[in-house]
Amino acid sequence: MSFFYHFGRYILFIRGLFSKPEKFWVFRERMFQEMQSIGVGSIGIVTIISVFVGAVTTVQTAYQLVSGLVAKSIIGTIVSDSTMLELAPTITCLVLAGKIGSSIASEIGTMRVTEQIDALEIMGINSANYLVLPKILAGMIVIPMLIIIAIFLGISGGIIAGKMAGILPVEEFMKGARSTFKGFTVFFSCTKAVTFAFIITSVSAFQGFYTHGGALEVGQSSTRAVVYSAVLILFSDYILAQLLL
Amino acid sequence: MIEVKNVYKSFGDKKVLEDVSAGFYRGKSNFIIGSSGSGKSVLMKCMVGLEQVTDGSILYENRDFTHLDYNAKKEIRKEIGMLFQGTALFDSLTVEQNVEFPIKMFSKMTPAERLDRVNFCLQRVNLSKVNHLYPSALSGGMKKRVGIARAIALNPQYLFCDEPNSGLDPLTSRVIDELIKEITIEFNITTIINTHDMKSVFDMGDNIIFIWQGKKWWEGTRKDIRASGNKELHDFMKAYDIENM
Ligand SMILES: Nc1ncnc2c1ncn2[C@@H]1O[C@H](COP(=O)(O)OP(=O)(O)O)[C@@H](O)[C@H]1O
Ligand SMILES: [Mg+2]
Repeated sequence: MSFFYHFGRYILFIRGLFSKPEKFWVFRERMFQEMQSIGVGSIGIVTIISVFVGAVTTVQTAYQLVSGLVAKSIIGTIVSDSTMLELAPTITCLVLAGKIGSSIASEIGTMRVTEQIDALEIMGINSANYLVLPKILAGMIVIPMLIIIAIFLGISGGIIAGKMAGILPVEEFMKGARSTFKGFTVFFSCTKAVTFAFIITSVSAFQGFYTHGGALEVGQSSTRAVVYSAVLILFSDYILAQLLL
Repeated sequence: MIEVKNVYKSFGDKKVLEDVSAGFYRGKSNFIIGSSGSGKSVLMKCMVGLEQVTDGSILYENRDFTHLDYNAKKEIRKEIGMLFQGTALFDSLTVEQNVEFPIKMFSKMTPAERLDRVNFCLQRVNLSKVNHLYPSALSGGMKKRVGIARAIALNPQYLFCDEPNSGLDPLTSRVIDELIKEITIEFNITTIINTHDMKSVFDMGDNIIFIWQGKKWWEGTRKDIRASGNKELHDFMKAYDIENM
């Protein structure tokens, strides 16, 4: 019951986002600011995660392939494919759900409990459209870019780890990676990224927007934003895999 | 003039306002008084449309605000300025950007004209050299002034002040009161002040509405208030006098 109530409110919230912005240039300015804070602000963490995940995947894949009958280059195939299909988009977005999601929910939640959203409404501004839509659009543009970067860095991390640990030379890795490369895999990865970006930004904004109370509730909204985004990311990850692969 | 006609407001089963009718006049300081939880803020929120009335109507110069569609309401909202209890300044924007905000959203002024208007408003509330500070760097009294400056930025016809003195020391309270009174007369605004500070009421209450347990219990001017013969109003004032001996 409660699930349908909240889901219904979420749908109405999303529908309410779409109205003509009061001033288009203000909207564009807001969107660039958000792209900057979501994108540039996350490059550091995305770099660290993807390099290490790629490196660890290489070492562990090598560990699992004990048989001497399999060519070493298969490690490159496995690492690059799983980075593109799953590791870069899903792991990165789960971490971004923590970083971006909590910041969106607490920013909007604080604006709610300190009446800043009421102040916007009093002025005759559609507060959801002004505050939330730029975040969602910015996320859907910037997060896929971050995922592309994560793919490159993840595979690079794999190559470096392979070479440093003496598992396989760079050329072998590349040979394996190239042998099964399909453009569709990258497309699939981007589809995931766009979907996850929408989930993170909209779910977190929704949690923030309907905060009641004070600082304690802002904290709770922020936690819920992260948990719900993470669960929905994993759920939609499965659905997308079923639908598109 | 704003007329409130037979307004009822409940949240679920909880009746907050019952059959409240009152008039608020141009160029006057109109007060809504009553103890905490009596329904002052709810009445004000109903008047500006942040809450929907359960029954009754609100007329702005004979325009029935309660039954207008979103766009028509927006036109009236552009004539409303509001000073919030916690000031509701946008904390990601500087003082200058806060005051500029409504002008940027709703006027066709050039950046230079906007800056002129911002400086005019800030001077009007006796603030200078704070243009580039963020709200977190201001004292309580300064925040209220910036709040007033933002509220008058678009030359409002109606100014709503929710507990303008809350959280201020007595001296600063008087300064803010004086400012609101001057602005009301100077720009011939219909000002509505919601307070439990009887000092403000005795100083400047041209028209006073006393709310008791969600009902309008008394109305009059500061001259009649001592001799009103209304028990609840007297109890309310007595509590204030003891507090301030
Ligand atoms: N959104 C709401 N939901 C339920 N009850 C509310 C809501 N807003 C206010 N109330 C209740 O209405 C009553 C009047 O509140 P309010 O108008 O804020 O009092 P005050 O006169 O101190 O400004 C209080 O009992 C408050 O609990
Ligand atoms: Mg109140």
